[in-house]
Amino acid sequence: MALLEVYKLNKRFGGLLAVNDVSFQVNPGQIKAVIGPNGAGKTTLFNMISGTFPATSGSVVFQDWDLKGKKPFQVAERGMARTFQNIKMFSGMTALENVMVGRHVQSSAGFFSSMFRMPWTWKEERAIRDKAMEFLALLEIEEFANTDASSLAFGQQRAVELARALALEPQLLLLDEPAAGLNIYETAEVGRLITKIRDLGITVLLVEHDMSLVMDISDEIVVLCFGEKIAEDSPQNIQQDPEVIKIYLGED
Amino acid sequence: MKKLLSVLPLFGVVIGIHLLTSATDTMYYLTQMTMSAYYSLLIIGLCVLMGYAGQISLGHAGFFAIGGYLSAALTTNSLTSYQESTLVRMLDSMGMLLSGNNLYGEAFLVVTPWAACIIAVLTAALIAVIIGIPVLKLKGHYLAMATLGFGIIIYRVTLALEYFGEADGISEVPPFVLLPGLSVSGDFSARVQNYYIAWILLLLGMVLLLNLIDSRVGRALRGIHGSDEAAEAMGVNTSRFKLQTFVLSAVFAAIAGVFLTHYNGGIGPSEAGVMKSVRYVAIVAVGGMANLWGALLMGIVLNFLSMRGVFGSYDDAVFGLILILIMLFAPNGILSINIRYRLKQLFGRGQDEEEGGQR
Repeated sequence: MALLEVYKLNKRFGGLLAVNDVSFQVNPGQIKAVIGPNGAGKTTLFNMISGTFPATSGSVVFQDWDLKGKKPFQVAERGMARTFQNIKMFSGMTALENVMVGRHVQSSAGFFSSMFRMPWTWKEERAIRDKAMEFLALLEIEEFANTDASSLAFGQQRAVELARALALEPQLLLLDEPAAGLNIYETAEVGRLITKIRDLGITVLLVEHDMSLVMDISDEIVVLCFGEKIAEDSPQNIQQDPEVIKIYLGED
Repeated sequence: MKKLLSVLPLFGVVIGIHLLTSATDTMYYLTQMTMSAYYSLLIIGLCVLMGYAGQISLGHAGFFAIGGYLSAALTTNSLTSYQESTLVRMLDSMGMLLSGNNLYGEAFLVVTPWAACIIAVLTAALIAVIIGIPVLKLKGHYLAMATLGFGIIIYRVTLALEYFGEADGISEVPPFVLLPGLSVSGDFSARVQNYYIAWILLLLGMVLLLNLIDSRVGRALRGIHGSDEAAEAMGVNTSRFKLQTFVLSAVFAAIAGVFLTHYNGGIGPSEAGVMKSVRYVAIVAVGGMANLWGALLMGIVLNFLSMRGVFGSYDDAVFGLILILIMLFAPNGILSINIRYRLKQLFGRGQDEEEGGQR
């Protein structure tokens, strides 16, 4: 059974059909990538899946649950975490605190119990901190725990953002161009981390420009062009696909 | 517990000021220190809203006035002519009314201060919910304008309603008896007692807010400030958290209004004025926005100076000037100031926009 099912999804911005009748499935345990040239509608597709804005028509079903009309925080509560193309760190907070925010849905202290430090919140607070440290360690950045997150190097910020998303303990992790702005070494490093995440049993759906990364780590690839799906296959087959080659290399 | 300990030295300072004024025969300073403490209670609440949740409000004098005016009107305006109405009877049966004869022998029937305080604070909270739900959907300048509009409405209402004494405000507000022998009043003999009531209330508010900031909720709020979108993606119900913070800060403002009104024995429309709201925002900005201690310190110092008349008739102008200077020279608060660097940045040729006005 598919973890995520995207069915005949459309998004219209005025006269522009940014996403046109796109359907695909993401099965548990796989790394699935969505690729396509600039303006293919990848990020639009992503924003509809994560609930940032609604689809014009079509449906997104996550774990048998229709996302129609759901807010991003509800989608997150349900077990879908995401990262952003241009990293959105919580500035003025340490790397550890950033990841601690990721524990939000796994904890429950509200205004009243936080202000009065109700005894049960002490235990919860300690658990939040310990878990956050675990995720920093998983991504091998625990040494930066107490550094202001926005002062870290770009690659390290990516890792903090990944740790923050993982702290939700999601079933599905959406990565919006995880290699954007990284050099080839950092890209390879991110690729290794993503594989590590998949091996933990977390399904990954990513949008990416960087071909080498996508071909290395994905189990399946969806190719978008001008809002339409033109191919969906394994990396080996996608590399052979004449239409995909035409899009990426141009017609002669 | 740690938060409680961090506030203890400050309580030492509070006692120290008392001893110092009593030794130097300047006990009259305690009156302004008391009033500053109440204003600062509002300011630390606003600090959490502005500096941590990142939502501006130019209408907090409105919430202060709702608290102050309601508790003043309820405890002062006699209900004798409505004695037979069901509402008044209901209040009476709940023990919330107080009857007697005034100095001129006329019978009066008013709400007890405790009940009035609770009604006033709950009303402020309710209004904050009603205003906050639509208004907090706005961002930046739009939110500032909308809250400013709310502040102006409250100001005009206090001026227009006879129940609130129109331009004269309400005077002869009775003392607020907290416990037998402990009351909030401007009575000369109760000066020291009231100084401690105000400061204990302020420090209590401080402990609660420090706790809040360093908790799951506080981290979520700071996350909202950092990136609304990312916080939402982490499962934070951002609109609800913003609303709850707005209500919390309104409650702090209303409590400050209630207490200060009983302390002053009255309240006038100037307390609801727009310039008051601007002043509160300026003080939070001087303190460094996301800095509760800065807000507390600046709240005390600037209010104290203002009430001692240091700024003379330029009072409001001084706060306007402070706001301009802070935005130009120290957008991160006066405690983080670096004047030379800032002057170079503003007037030099180098276009270094790294730090400027991002908050």
